[in-house]
Amino acid sequence: MIKNTEKIKIKLQKRYAKERRFKLYGISAIVISIAFLLSLLVNISVTGLPAFQQTYVKIDINIDSELLNLNHQYSEQELFRADYSQVIKQSLKDFFPGVEGRKQKRALRQLVSKSAAYQLRDLVIAKPHVINTRQSLWVLARDDVDVFMKGGIDRSLPESDRRLKDFQLVWVDKLLAENRLEKRFNIGFFTEGDSREPEQAGIKGAMVGSLLTMLVTMLLSFPIGVSAAIYLEEFAPKNNKWVDLIEININNLAAVPSIVFGLLGLAVFIGLFGVPRSVPLIGGLVLTLMTLPTIIITSRAALKAVPPSIREAALGLGASRVQTTFHHVVPAAMPGILTGTIIGMAQALGETAPLLMIGMVAFVADVPQGITDPSTVLPVQIYLWSDSPERAFTERTSAAIMVLLGFLIVMNFLAVIMRKKFEKKW
Amino acid sequence: MINIEKREEFDIEINGTVGKPFVDSAKFSARNVDVFYGDEQAIFDANIDIGKNQIIAMIGPSGCGKSTFLRCLNRMNDTIQGCHMRGEITLDGEDIYHKQQDPVLLRARVGMVFQKPNPFPKSIYDNVAYGAKLHGLAASKIELDELVEKSLIRAGLFKEVKDSLHKPGTGLSGGQQQRLCIARTIAIDPEVILMDEPTSALDPIATAVIEELMIDLSKKYTIAIVTHSMQQAARVSQRTAYFHMGQLVEVNDTNTVFTNPEHQLTENYITGRFG
Repeated sequence: MIKNTEKIKIKLQKRYAKERRFKLYGISAIVISIAFLLSLLVNISVTGLPAFQQTYVKIDINIDSELLNLNHQYSEQELFRADYSQVIKQSLKDFFPGVEGRKQKRALRQLVSKSAAYQLRDLVIAKPHVINTRQSLWVLARDDVDVFMKGGIDRSLPESDRRLKDFQLVWVDKLLAENRLEKRFNIGFFTEGDSREPEQAGIKGAMVGSLLTMLVTMLLSFPIGVSAAIYLEEFAPKNNKWVDLIEININNLAAVPSIVFGLLGLAVFIGLFGVPRSVPLIGGLVLTLMTLPTIIITSRAALKAVPPSIREAALGLGASRVQTTFHHVVPAAMPGILTGTIIGMAQALGETAPLLMIGMVAFVADVPQGITDPSTVLPVQIYLWSDSPERAFTERTSAAIMVLLGFLIVMNFLAVIMRKKFEKKW
Repeated sequence: MINIEKREEFDIEINGTVGKPFVDSAKFSARNVDVFYGDEQAIFDANIDIGKNQIIAMIGPSGCGKSTFLRCLNRMNDTIQGCHMRGEITLDGEDIYHKQQDPVLLRARVGMVFQKPNPFPKSIYDNVAYGAKLHGLAASKIELDELVEKSLIRAGLFKEVKDSLHKPGTGLSGGQQQRLCIARTIAIDPEVILMDEPTSALDPIATAVIEELMIDLSKKYTIAIVTHSMQQAARVSQRTAYFHMGQLVEVNDTNTVFTNPEHQLTENYITGRFG
């Protein structure tokens, strides 16, 4: 007869082997996910980091009052309206003498960004005494030059396959030889709105739009979601048909594709209530619809996790149900509620599909000043740029993704801090 | 070996409550009380008085309905979904289940201490001050300070915590936490204190401290205690009620119950033949 210990020993080997196998599965799963995550991050960083630098070109401008078409009053209005692009065109012609033909002349103009004219205008308005002097000015280079400077254009390719033709490369080489081309930190990326010209396109409009949209979402979804959760968890009758129905529907809403919320917002908020389209207000409203189920479900879970003994203690002292809930249960559940809210908000921050339905996909160059100004948001900006044909938008797309990821990391970090702050030991 | 004798209890009949369920100076009077959880009846026709400034112990095997009955006395059962009662319970002659009776007001008069110490996750001071603040019992900060100190002294906890009043109440030991809960209850100066197995989670030393405290408090308050420990019932109470499967079997002076029980079931229980 075999003893019990013998029987157990035989099985023991198998049991340990099973344990080791399971550990191995777990570790390999983690390694694979980390590898994917890393390759994603590396890919985005490598593509996106160059966008934080921008090529500037130094041009010598003869600020000729005649070319500017000015009389001698120099009133601000007159200075504002003057034709600065003409001056810049002339200075480029002076620098590269002997440019012939319409095609080459046009290409010459396109060495520098259109923003150079505005830059010159601002300079002249600020310091009118520079008129009729010669000034050296660092202005933004055109996106093709910028791409070339960052190694995005291969000289060895046949001319027809290149954005910069041979004669343009000669110009760039001349500028390089005279140290007139320089890469600098791209402040404009953070201080400008969107633009059709890649070198002028910035992310500020989308950042402010996202911030305003999140503000609206936060202000609406947190109070509504948390009060709904508190009511359902603490006050609603249990085992009631209607409450069950509501509960099932909230769970279902959490699984509804987000684009449907966009359609709902379009039909109800824009169609029925006449909220202007393409503004942070409507974006916030739609994202509130989308975030509410998440907030309600996580808040209810947090409230459910509060030990019932705390409720009994308060009720036993003669606290009313509202007092019990707000003095004890809600504070105890606060870390969980906040975590859920921030998860919901992070989800909303990265959402694109419902916003396409309500017109937030429009091209908006201005930075929004309030929740009723047309604007775009970060994920939509990424979508728009990724859709643009210009090569220089590729790096900006990745850079915008980096900014969005940065936002998400900050939000998650906040969630951790708040949870730590509100957490109490039992 | 399984004791077959234990099965006997099912054959013994219960015909109403024996002993002396009624007293002259009753604080609480329960008449024909039935309690249901949904469709299931938990208490059958209980009739009992709880005397003023007395400690009454409720004993009986698990699931016999003693806790349920206790929780009827401050309407804590109202908070349980599907629980309802029939019959009449009066406090100083007033029906506590009357439509006009506010359960919040009732619970301010009838305090409760629970099985598991359940201080709020707040400071010791805030734990004791909470009820008083809730009901507006202290007019000023100084008054509140005094009330907190007085309550802690009466709960026999003040000496131990006087230097750490603003530390979390949850950081105390189990016995201290339970005394904190008692201090919290007496801070609102109730007329009755209900205790639901207040020492079952505590060690013998902490239990002894709480028992002394109970005897001391009974000079001023009426106390009803549910306990699994017959020794505890014998040590602290003046009267004892024995519950069995939802029925109130016997109520009498504690001495009589433990030395000369009238009912066979009571005798079986106190002699340890089941339960």
